[in-house]
Amino acid sequence: MKVAMTVNGTLESHDVEARTLLVDYLRNVVGLTGTNIGCDTTSCGACTVLLNGQSVKSCTVLAAQAAGDDITTIEGLALEDGRLNPVQQAFQECHGLQCGYCTPGMVMAITSLLTENPHPTEEDVRVGLEGNLCRCAGYHNIVASALAASGVVEMHQ
Amino acid sequence: MSILGNRVVRREDPKFLTVGGTYVADLDLPGSVYLTFVRSSMAHAKLLSVDTSGAKAMPGVVAVYTNDDLGIARMPTIMGMTNEAMTQPMLASGTVRYVGEPIVAIVAESREIAADALEAVVVEYEPLTVVIDPAEARKDNDLLFPDAGTNTTFTLDFGGDEALFDDCEVVVELTLINQRVAPCPMEGRSAAAHMTKDGRLEFNSATQAPHGVRDGLAGFLGLEPDKVHVVTPDVGGGFGAKASVYPEDIVVGWCAVHLGRPVRWTETRSESMLGLGHGRAQLQHVRMGGTRGGVISAYRIDVLQDCGAYPAFGAVLPFMTRVMTSGPYKIPKAEFGSVSVVTNSTPTTAYRGAGRPEATAAIERTMDVFAREIEMDPAELRRRNLIGKDEFPYTTPTETVYDVGDYHQALELALEVAGYDELRAKQARRRASGDPIQIGIGLSCYVEITNGLPDGEFGAVEVRPDGKIIVRTGTSPHGQGHVTAWSMLVAEQMGVPIEDIEVIYGDTDVVPRGAGTMGSRSLQIGGAAVNQAAVDVVEKAKDLAADLFEADREDIVLDKSNASFHVIGTPAVSKSWGELAKAAVAKDGNPLFAEVDLASPGPTFPFGTHISVVEVDVETGKVTLLRHIAVDDAGRILNPLLAEGQVHGGIAQGVAQALLEEVVYDPDGNPLTSTFADYSFISAAELPSFETRFTETPTPINALGAKGIGESGTIGSTPALHNAVCDAVAHLGVRHVDMPTTPIRVWNAINDAAPHHDAKNTTKKGGR
Repeated sequence: MKVAMTVNGTLESHDVEARTLLVDYLRNVVGLTGTNIGCDTTSCGACTVLLNGQSVKSCTVLAAQAAGDDITTIEGLALEDGRLNPVQQAFQECHGLQCGYCTPGMVMAITSLLTENPHPTEEDVRVGLEGNLCRCAGYHNIVASALAASGVVEMHQ
Repeated sequence: MSILGNRVVRREDPKFLTVGGTYVADLDLPGSVYLTFVRSSMAHAKLLSVDTSGAKAMPGVVAVYTNDDLGIARMPTIMGMTNEAMTQPMLASGTVRYVGEPIVAIVAESREIAADALEAVVVEYEPLTVVIDPAEARKDNDLLFPDAGTNTTFTLDFGGDEALFDDCEVVVELTLINQRVAPCPMEGRSAAAHMTKDGRLEFNSATQAPHGVRDGLAGFLGLEPDKVHVVTPDVGGGFGAKASVYPEDIVVGWCAVHLGRPVRWTETRSESMLGLGHGRAQLQHVRMGGTRGGVISAYRIDVLQDCGAYPAFGAVLPFMTRVMTSGPYKIPKAEFGSVSVVTNSTPTTAYRGAGRPEATAAIERTMDVFAREIEMDPAELRRRNLIGKDEFPYTTPTETVYDVGDYHQALELALEVAGYDELRAKQARRRASGDPIQIGIGLSCYVEITNGLPDGEFGAVEVRPDGKIIVRTGTSPHGQGHVTAWSMLVAEQMGVPIEDIEVIYGDTDVVPRGAGTMGSRSLQIGGAAVNQAAVDVVEKAKDLAADLFEADREDIVLDKSNASFHVIGTPAVSKSWGELAKAAVAKDGNPLFAEVDLASPGPTFPFGTHISVVEVDVETGKVTLLRHIAVDDAGRILNPLLAEGQVHGGIAQGVAQALLEEVVYDPDGNPLTSTFADYSFISAAELPSFETRFTETPTPINALGAKGIGESGTIGSTPALHNAVCDAVAHLGVRHVDMPTTPIRVWNAINDAAPHHDAKNTTKKGGR
């Protein structure tokens, strides 16, 4: 079936099998491999992307369901001049990533979280990230990154 | 000003944050076929028949293989120490011994076709008696390998003093379950292989040890090592479970050689939970004796190690547990014994700490039980028994030589940061009020061993004529930040900005040798090798500069403030690194470079004290971790930002084991925790931010004074949290709660203790 959607500002239109998941569409058809697959039970959040500005686990959305929608992946976040946006910058400043595998999903989840709640508490961030698993960082610096990006606390703290 | 010791942010990060890493599954390999495995659904059974005809007939299926088709040798014993009759075939042969064991390999034009073909393979099983409990396995009533005549694959016995506890006033005894857990790197196992035009096997691998994978592939496939080229693209975590070669890796390589097409394999998470090695899995029997005044004089631990179905590295974890038997304490008599047995479960392997967390968990939990027995504060009991800072090097009763330490300093700092006395006062008030939410405080003093296996490491530094520096390292980072850390070391020695330094790793063609990244070894041996290579290249540059300046070698100085060489007293006339690199090439055609194979000077022993503070709802058994304080000593800290990151991750994994993670099998050997929906992988919501501090006691074994930091967090945190939970309910008569301290376990422990100590009388509702 024919599926068309906007991905990181570019209109994409492809023939796909009806069973194609959005994550497989993004990775294998559009060729954006920044979004990762970490589980097969919608548990880990590595595949989190923004669908019309809200975070979704792209392993749990069919590509066909996203037809006509606006998708943002990690590849679509940097500023126009290539500089890191505030969330990305906070991750580097706060050492919010190690192996990097959960990172795109974490960054997208936090982007969505901060859109909904621009000034979250630490508790808000922790509860908000419950569906995004990380094995390297112990979440400490990921939470710090989210708070730093929110402007609630200063960076480097 | 030195760059060392600064919070330098990672050079690696921008790529991960803008386009994501390039993991094996992200590689573009046109014309690839996809490998997948039919895995056993039975824990122990004879394979009566394996019918692959249906799969072979499906359009898009390229090949279907059983073990007989491959003709590859079985996996080897582990370091020659495990039973030779218990090795694993590449694919199951005659018998399956755990759920998830690969039986058939299917190669297809797409992942989807391969998945469909899996369903078309018909396996006929004849069930055999399942042995899932290691204590049962040890009895040898039912054998996994009848030819072996036993289920035991490896034993250790240090000591046998029947009078060990004879002169002790107090002896406590405890049986501890250090439960099986799943390492769960966010990226599972993955490989992609193809034959190059010049007839070599190029193998992309999500591994911690590319050279080990190269040698493994060469050995199993009968290729010369120089005909195998292993590359690690970005690797999504490992935690020890990706440090060794798996049968699936070999089959990927074999298929690429035999099919002449690129072959890729990426396991699903559900496969990974059954196929990637599990960790820990020890049953421990511990005795500790001493005086009523709190002097520990004798200790013995006996370990029953669950190896899973085929002895892998897990079988020899007791080897590392033994090394750390007596922990940070001055115990005159300590003994260790272990028996490693096979069971019908996923093979166990190294998992962050690999044998040392198990040793620490045993002695630290027992210290708390001993303290309670003699009614002494657990911090005071530890204080009285820690090895003093003037007693190093210190030889333990199990003949481990600790290099250096100041254990009391770490303990006192942790107590201070925690506000220990106030916490105890708060706990007393909470107990007196009968509040259903009780407070527990848990301590753990640990010492551990890093680079415990005596491997050296390769490091090289080359100066290009344009002044850029190329660093090559035998370590193989997968999140640790070696690009940044090694750049800092080289920048410090050579005076160049880190932006001018490129660090190359994980490519066996470019890096000739390497042991990889595991066992917290990388900085202390791999970083030290790079550091030495940088020192050496400075010396070579001075030789060249002396020639160019026609000056005495001893008069040449490197001005690190502008990365140039001059004759002492005449800084206006200088030569840059690039100019010297050109001079080197002009001189004899060789680049300006230095290569070091740093031999291991032996291990070093990081240490520290962790304190957990928990709340336990005695009415529901629910545990909430309020605070975790970690004081770790990894010698001199190169980059606190990276070191803290290692500690944070370690704490989360260690806490996870104490609090909620556990791999569970039913009595028939069916895994009950084989997805992330079933396995209690710890999340941000269960954890607080951590309070970390470092003390710095440099080790004399390397020029950096650095010890490993990769596993300390895991080793220190598990017993601290475990002790905190037990402490929270101790006043209710609970002596011990097994890990993981889930609500049901805690609740049962409270209720089981109630007949001896009526919980209702000491716990009033409300009150806070």
